[in-house]
Amino acid sequence: MDWVKGTFGTSIGKKQLMAVTGLGFIGFLTGHLLGNLTIYLGPDAFDSYAEHLHALGPLVNAAEIGLLLFAIIHVGTGLLLFLQNYKARPVKYVGKKWAGGRTIFSATMPYTGILILLFLIIHLKTFHFVDHDNQTISQIVSHAFSSVGYVLFYMFSMIVVAFHVKHGFWSAFQTLGLNHLKYMPTIFVLSALAALAAGFGFGFLPVVSRLVL
Amino acid sequence: MTKKINLTLKVWRQKGPNNKGVMETYSAKQISTDMSFLEMLDIVNEDLTLSGQEPIAFDHDCREGICGMCGAMVNGRAHGPEKGTTLCQLHMRHFNDGDTIMIEPWRAMAFKVVKDLVVDRSAFDKIIAAGGYVSVNTGAAPDANNIPVPADDAELAMDAAQCIGCGACVASCPNASAMLFTSAKISHLALLPQGKVEADKRVLAMLRCMDEQGFGNCSNERECEAECPKEINITNIARMNRGFLKAALGSRYK
Repeated sequence: MDWVKGTFGTSIGKKQLMAVTGLGFIGFLTGHLLGNLTIYLGPDAFDSYAEHLHALGPLVNAAEIGLLLFAIIHVGTGLLLFLQNYKARPVKYVGKKWAGGRTIFSATMPYTGILILLFLIIHLKTFHFVDHDNQTISQIVSHAFSSVGYVLFYMFSMIVVAFHVKHGFWSAFQTLGLNHLKYMPTIFVLSALAALAAGFGFGFLPVVSRLVL
Repeated sequence: MTKKINLTLKVWRQKGPNNKGVMETYSAKQISTDMSFLEMLDIVNEDLTLSGQEPIAFDHDCREGICGMCGAMVNGRAHGPEKGTTLCQLHMRHFNDGDTIMIEPWRAMAFKVVKDLVVDRSAFDKIIAAGGYVSVNTGAAPDANNIPVPADDAELAMDAAQCIGCGACVASCPNASAMLFTSAKISHLALLPQGKVEADKRVLAMLRCMDEQGFGNCSNERECEAECPKEINITNIARMNRGFLKAALGSRYK
């Protein structure tokens, strides 16, 4: 099994772990957003969606374990890469200017990543690890979003997610070697669309839920 | 039109690899705008020498932009602010009278400062030695066109082979990663039939060597391709990533 360590321990190997888990999260976010859009249809539709989802039983548990595993790999590897990259330049430049390659999205990846992790912990505490027996999901959501402070925190977090997705999406393809003359322009457009979908799609949910639920 | 300009230089001075360095201020007087950046430094060094001071050490060789020896950060940019130029091809006409120019060496853990602006880039040589070659048995020279190579493939390989190993990619990368250099060296061989034979073994060996030198990890910031004096692009990095996946998961090499 030495070759496994030799593969995923290299710089490219670690980045490819980031890419695969990252694309996994994009897949999850797509499903999560599509499901949550049922909020637009009112509390009955939203509760019914949640009920149908949980009726899948062990499949949901398997997905949860998978996501947890992906999160551990993505966060762990990300932190390791961040520390290694920091150490790779022990004496910093007195004055450094960027040449136009770097964007605000790429430059903030480690920080938006940490913010997303913090958001995730609070998010799970608010919606997942609560009493689901005596209240419906739409009641939980409507209660959480009744606080203006929480709504602002949620919307800010979704902007952070959009930033992370904007660089992460195309970056994953590049890291997996899928940079192709014909497809790369489309992947860049998809990156921006995915970021906008995540930012606006999730970001407006609190507003919608205050109006509908 | 040739003009004479006066400049203030802020230059990194460091006696040796184990000494602490500082930014020192010098003035460069009556610099012709026809001069290259290195010629301007020559003039400053002449003055320093005549006044009994230690001249600024900097690397240079061909001064034609093809050898890869020169290079420094000029106003925070590798080889200065002009696109697709080495430091020796950066001309003083791009500066104005009275400008202050900040000059620093490449900074990376893998590139130790030898003196002032001179850094040790032997880490690049080690990466090449690890696999940046083709193994050919000795014997009679083969016919030139024995192995047909499509012209487009040859062009693509030549684009990658333009890399002069100056180190600007490492210097400009926020993570001090050497992926553009390594991927260019891997690509110009892997794109040709003669190099394809050892492609799997090569990518694994060169990547492991690159990691051992203490370079950072690529995070697709694209600063390297923006600063590369030979304008080598990051599709080479993607080719290396792809080659690594194929070699690590599909080949018999460990």
